[in-house]
Parts: sequence; structure tokens; C-alpha cells
Amino acid sequence: MPALEVRNLKKRFGDVQAVDDVSFSVEPREFFGLLGPNGAGKTTIIRMITGVLKPEAGSVLIEGIDLRSQFLEAKMKMGVIPEIGNIYPDLSARENIDLVGRFYGLSKATRQERTAKLLSDLGLKDRADDYARKFSKGMRQRVSIACAMVHEPPILILDEPTEGLDVMSRRLIVDKVKEMNRNGSTVILTTHNIEEANRLCQRVCIVNKGRIVAIDTPERLRRTTEKMQTVEVGFDKKVEPQWFISEFINRAEQCNEKWRFYTEDPDKAIEHIVKVKERQGLKILSLSTSGPTLEDVFVKLCEVPG
Amino acid sequence: MNWKVYFRGVSVVARKDMRIYYRKAPVFIFGLILPTFLFFAFFVGRELDINKYFPGFLAMSLFFTSSSVGPLIVPWEKQQGTFERLLSYPVSISTIVLGDTIAGALFGLLISSIVAAAGILIIPISVTSIALIFVAFILGNLCFSGLGVLLSSPGGRAPANIMMLAALVRFPLIFISGIFIPLSGMTGAAKYITYCSPLTYLVDALNHSMGQAYVFSWWTDLLVLAGFMVVFVAVAIAVLKRKSLKGL
Repeated sequence: MPALEVRNLKKRFGDVQAVDDVSFSVEPREFFGLLGPNGAGKTTIIRMITGVLKPEAGSVLIEGIDLRSQFLEAKMKMGVIPEIGNIYPDLSARENIDLVGRFYGLSKATRQERTAKLLSDLGLKDRADDYARKFSKGMRQRVSIACAMVHEPPILILDEPTEGLDVMSRRLIVDKVKEMNRNGSTVILTTHNIEEANRLCQRVCIVNKGRIVAIDTPERLRRTTEKMQTVEVGFDKKVEPQWFISEFINRAEQCNEKWRFYTEDPDKAIEHIVKVKERQGLKILSLSTSGPTLEDVFVKLCEVPG
Repeated sequence: MNWKVYFRGVSVVARKDMRIYYRKAPVFIFGLILPTFLFFAFFVGRELDINKYFPGFLAMSLFFTSSSVGPLIVPWEKQQGTFERLLSYPVSISTIVLGDTIAGALFGLLISSIVAAAGILIIPISVTSIALIFVAFILGNLCFSGLGVLLSSPGGRAPANIMMLAALVRFPLIFISGIFIPLSGMTGAAKYITYCSPLTYLVDALNHSMGQAYVFSWWTDLLVLAGFMVVFVAVAIAVLKRKSLKGL
């Protein structure tokens, strides 16, 4: 049975079809990424999965439990960090986590034990009883992730949990989420950080204009975009991009001191670059090839200009 | 429906509200200071029979305190960014509305009990039915706390705007509910306007319980208060279901 199954979800806001017939499923213990540009519909999908927003059509099953008919039972299975998911500034870190434990019916002893462990793991032990309003954004987000984890949910849903955080907080949060995943929780992550998704997720779902445009492992997605292979070359002199455009090179762009050439066939592209080099009297300082990045795939699929 | 999870949600929401919102300045200003000032403005320097007007004053104090917490909670949470997170917990909109209503009602119950005790012990006010006071307090506090929650349900994320709206609704009510002019002395159109206010029935029930002149039977008062309570809470749930994401 999938940990999460989303079937034909639809949501419209006025004239805008925010989510249009979205279906996917996430297996137990999977680390699943939901990617898309701003306004793609990611947060609307997450809000419908977490029961914050009612879909116009479609259904959401959490470990086989229908969110519509067994609303509270399904929500008991989830730990959520919503997009706008602040903690209570008028409560301490400990009180915030304890409050969430109460919502999930944890006993006092369990709440105390888990709260203490989470505060320690997330580097907040010394500030446990300070009001959250005195915390930095990174510290607040660490408390927020502790709130989502205190009941050790089978499914963890995180809407951009590391957005705008310092390196330390980001690392603590990512490590804790990975630990939860290793311990058996399914993780669904939305992020703008494609590198993070590439590093963490076993599968990613790319959403654009309310529709799924791709869903696969990062590796397979990269392979679907063969034209996005690149040859990166450093020259000793200034060059003009039009010298290189040919049947083997689709596009050339400057990256700092180097030039990046996009090609379907790196071998032919290199041959062509060498010919241009000899014709123009250039010297090659460095040369490397690489396949398309997940970011390249994302840009191509979402038709982001540039 | 898992009722255990449901009622646990109601109790945790109420607990959270009590822990956070009882200490907020608008609750003190609109719930405690304002009715005290109104009392002094009306009574000081006038030769009034305190026994006659005490039920009205007690009802006014209950009305202000119980309806002061509700309007604050949802807009405050939307402004702080905690509301969406609350919605993601195992709660429904009705859980939140009921929890908020109970938190407001308990605040009103606490303050109005202190005022009643002070009146009975210090003045002393005569009481003919302590049970009726108790039931009227419970229903009155739930009813007006529900009204407070209802006032905030269509709003966005600006507590100040909602508190202003709440003041606009609450002030006229105290002038058409037999607090400053006894219900038994009202005639003509004023009498019928008075009947539209839920506060009228609380004043009348307290008049019953303190041996003062009343208009309706005590059970009519309690029934109407209960009816208003159900309507306020039901409408608050319906409105908040539609507007829960407004201002997020």
C-alpha cells in the first residue's frame, strides 16, 4: 500500500486552474520531492494533501485512509511543516513542541522525553525555555521541525523547510529529516533548492502550471534531456559565442571565465571546438564534460526563460 | 468521526488559547477595563438602587469579558503565521471554533464569577436562585464567546480591524438590552428592538435570580440564550470554513 496516494486532484481559484488533474503516489520510506517554479501549484497540492484546503475533485489517501471521509484519522498519520508554518512566539520552544504532542494524544512522559531529545538533537537544549519570539529564523524553523516530528509520524510533509536559513540550521534540519527517513518515515519535500532535491530525493515530481510535467528519479530525468549535455572550456583569449554555434552545439553561454557549450554529442562538439580553436589561434586552458543537471531538466520542463 | 481525537483537539485548542491570549492587551482593554469604566460612568454620583441595576451590570461585565477573546484569536494567528500550521494538526474548523469559544467562555466565567461574588459578599446583593445564576453564566458565556468568534471568522489577518468591528457590534447591544434602562420599564418599538438582543435574555435571567423585575420566564431566557449560542457557533463554523485561508 502506498504511503500517500493522490488521485486526480483539482483546484480552481477564480479563473485560475491552480491544480489540474494531479495524480501520483509515494511509497513507504520514500524521500519524494515536489518541485516547480513559483505559482506552479506546489503549495496548493500540499495544502490539499494536509487537509488545509478542500479539493474540488479528486482524493487523497494517507496509508490507505481517505482524507475526505476519515479526516482526523488521516491527519494523525502526518507531520507537517506548512509554507506559512510559524511556531507560537508567546510560547517557549519546549511549550511549542509539548502543545503539538498534546494534539496527537501523547502521554506526558512521552512528550517530555521526545521534546528533550528533539531539543538536544536540534541544538536548542540551552534555549528550551526561552520564548520563541526571541529566536532567529533558523532557530524558529528548528523548533518547527521538532513540532512536526514529536509524534514520530509515518509521513512527514515539508513545504520548503530550509528556505532562507543559515547553513547551520539547514544542515541540522536536513540531518534530522534524513534520520527520520532512515527510521522509516516517508518524506515529501517541496523545495526551490534543486540541488537539495537532487541530493535528498529518490524521486522528484516536477509541477508546472498546476500539472505534473515529469515524475521520476533525478538520474532518469537527467537522461531524458540528452541535448542538455555540456562541454565546459576555458580559453586564453576572449571568444565570440557565434564562432562555436554549429550542428553539434545548440547553445553557448559564458560561466565566469569559462564557456559552456550545450550539445547532444560531446565528442563531435569537442572536435568542432578544437577546429575553432585552431582557426582563431586560441589556446584551451581547461576542458570538461558533464551531463545535464536536474536544474537543466527543471528549466527545460518548466520553460523558464534564460 | 473519531470523537476522541475531536474532543482532544477542542480541549488542546482551548488550552492553547488560554495560555496565549488571556494575556493580550486587547483582551484586558476590551474585556476588563472598558466595562469597569462603563460601570463607573453610569453609577458614580447618581442615586441609583444598586440592587436593581446589579444584574444588568453583571450581564454587561460577562458580555464584555466573554466576547473579548474570540475576536482576537484567528486574526492574531493568521498575522503570526501559526494558523495554517494549526489547520494541519488533527483538527477541523469546528474543533477550532469550539476550542476558541470555550477559551473565551472560561475567561468570561472567571471574571463574571469574581464580579458576582464581590456583589453578593460586599454590597450585599440578594440572590433567589444560585442555580439559575450558574446556568445563565454558562449559557451566557458560551453564547457571547461564540459571538466573539463569529465576528472574527470572516476576517483576514488584522486583529485591530476585527477588534474595531467587534466594538461596533458590542456597544449598541449594551444600550438595547435593558442594562441602563430596566426591561420592565420599556414600551413601544424599543421593547421589540430589545427582544432582538441576546444580552436582553441574560439580563432578564439574572433579574430572575436576584429577585428583580423580569419580563420573560426563566426557561425562555435560558432557551433563547442557548439558541443564540448554537446559531453563533454554527455560523462561525460555516463562515470560517469558507474563509479559513483568507489573509494567509
